[in-house]
Amino acid sequence: MQSLSLTSISPQLPPPILRIDGLTTEFYTPSGNVCAVNRLSLNLEQKETLCLVGESGCGKSVTALSLMRLIPEKQGGITSGSIHFEDEDLATASESTMRRIRGNKISMIFQEPMTSLNPVITVGDQISESLRIHQKLSPRQATKIAIDMLALVRIADPARRALEYPHQLSGGMRQRVMIAIALACEPAVLIADEPTTALDVTIQAQILELILELKESVMTSVLLITHDLGVVAEVGQRIAVMYAGRKVEEGPVKDVFDQPFHPYTQGLLESIPRRGASSRVGQCRGQLPEIPGFVPSIRETSVGCAFAARCKKASPQCGIAAPELTAQSTGRAVACWHPNFD
Amino acid sequence: MKISRLSVFVQPTIFVGCAIILTFALTAILAPFIAGDPLSFDPLNRLKKPSELFLFGTDQLGRDLYSRVVYGARVSLIVGLSVALIATTIGLVLGIICGYLERVDAIVMRVMDGMMAIPSILLAIALITLMKASLLIVIVAIAIPEIPRVVRLVRSVVLSVKTLPYIEAAIASGTKTRRVMTRHILPSTIPPLIVQATYVCASAILTEAGLSFLGAGTPPEIPSWGNLISGGRAFFQISPWIIFFPGLMLAITVLAINLIGDGMRDSLDPRIAKRI
Repeated sequence: MQSLSLTSISPQLPPPILRIDGLTTEFYTPSGNVCAVNRLSLNLEQKETLCLVGESGCGKSVTALSLMRLIPEKQGGITSGSIHFEDEDLATASESTMRRIRGNKISMIFQEPMTSLNPVITVGDQISESLRIHQKLSPRQATKIAIDMLALVRIADPARRALEYPHQLSGGMRQRVMIAIALACEPAVLIADEPTTALDVTIQAQILELILELKESVMTSVLLITHDLGVVAEVGQRIAVMYAGRKVEEGPVKDVFDQPFHPYTQGLLESIPRRGASSRVGQCRGQLPEIPGFVPSIRETSVGCAFAARCKKASPQCGIAAPELTAQSTGRAVACWHPNFD
Repeated sequence: MKISRLSVFVQPTIFVGCAIILTFALTAILAPFIAGDPLSFDPLNRLKKPSELFLFGTDQLGRDLYSRVVYGARVSLIVGLSVALIATTIGLVLGIICGYLERVDAIVMRVMDGMMAIPSILLAIALITLMKASLLIVIVAIAIPEIPRVVRLVRSVVLSVKTLPYIEAAIASGTKTRRVMTRHILPSTIPPLIVQATYVCASAILTEAGLSFLGAGTPPEIPSWGNLISGGRAFFQISPWIIFFPGLMLAITVLAINLIGDGMRDSLDPRIAKRI
């Protein structure tokens, strides 16, 4: 952990670029509404990399889709809360406002570079498309910028590659193209929903490095959604841990990794394989600790803490009422009745 | 890409089908130069067997059957092509809208279901009794019942394509609904639509012949293949050539179009292409 070169964020900050306030996203099912994101509040500061982590099904991706308002109206939507971005509340903004923002001011990189590109349109055209939509560039100008973008994401021979179709590119190159599309209009916010999950480990590192580098040159803020704590340690400045649709812990990455307050964060960190871990007290040699049990289904509504059933520290109090998120020392917050402050 | 585009024409079925259809189309276009007047009577040469003078023989009024069959190709090809064009164009537009916009879908598809219930022959008879019989009416009457089938096909493709991540990615980059439909969804519907168009074309030619045979189709003064068969029916036992030649042409035309359709399907659908 000593190798991390992360700086704590100073208390004086410019206003956050994206302020999520009590966001609740529900899906409509025949057996009633199901709450996928529960009163989530999150600030994305300017030019920071915020990592949203959690297990599958804890609401990370739904949060991202809610920000972009990409959840099909028929299936669900934001039922309360607000998303402040540049004088607009994205939770209630009109579809035409959202269209102006999507891909222009807030861009998204998807998990699957294999299927997120249109197979019948050349990659150059796919990059220039958003430039033509949002910046009203002429086809020739847009194509020129598209080639520049391909060069920027380090694709060799960009002029030739721009004329190729997605199937002619490798997985890593396709993800580079996705990044080029996302950053073509120099957005203020980049949402990356598990951008490296579908790639080889060697390519993963390159892609992450690329995202971070471009983040600096385009001056964008990144909301990185991942379940890979290794990635968080490498690239994140702040981390927000989600569990069953709620944010359970938030803070600067280094602080959270050094001393996780929430038992769930603690469990997550302990379950990363690391050298020398087997010598820890109370652990069998060579066995990786795990968090017992499963993430509760979001259909089950409990009055208490959603993590109580799997928590080592659970007390009767945890079953009665859900702990509210409470602010701790500098920039940290935790939602737990028995936070680990030792 | 270039190789695979070329291979469409290398497919033997498509090659043979295209060769036949092109020959027929040329014959139809050049009819005035290669055939005589299909309507001129010759009472002295009634019901003549095929000979050097009358290549396909003559009918009960002494009209040259060869000329009539050549001119009949015009009607069949015009009907086939126009119906295929009308049905696929309207079907494509409706299908994409239905598949993509769920609100429109429920209404339009119920109308389509209703249309599918009407047999084309009944509709044609109704339209022709209401209006003066003409080629246009025949084309419209045959095209209408074909539309729902095309709509269903296009809609099913759209439904499967619209859930793909690249459509979501296109929406996430701020693309307008209309542009998503035309630029990202439409191209995927074209290959199955081309194949469907050939089947629509073949079935339209058959339906036209059927309608003419029943006397509810092309006006009798136009020598369509259906009309020829209908007219020769009474003399079938003494001069079978009157229905043999138009029937043969009809069969060859439909076969050729189906060959093109099958070949297209095989080369446009990569899964089937691999098996072959």
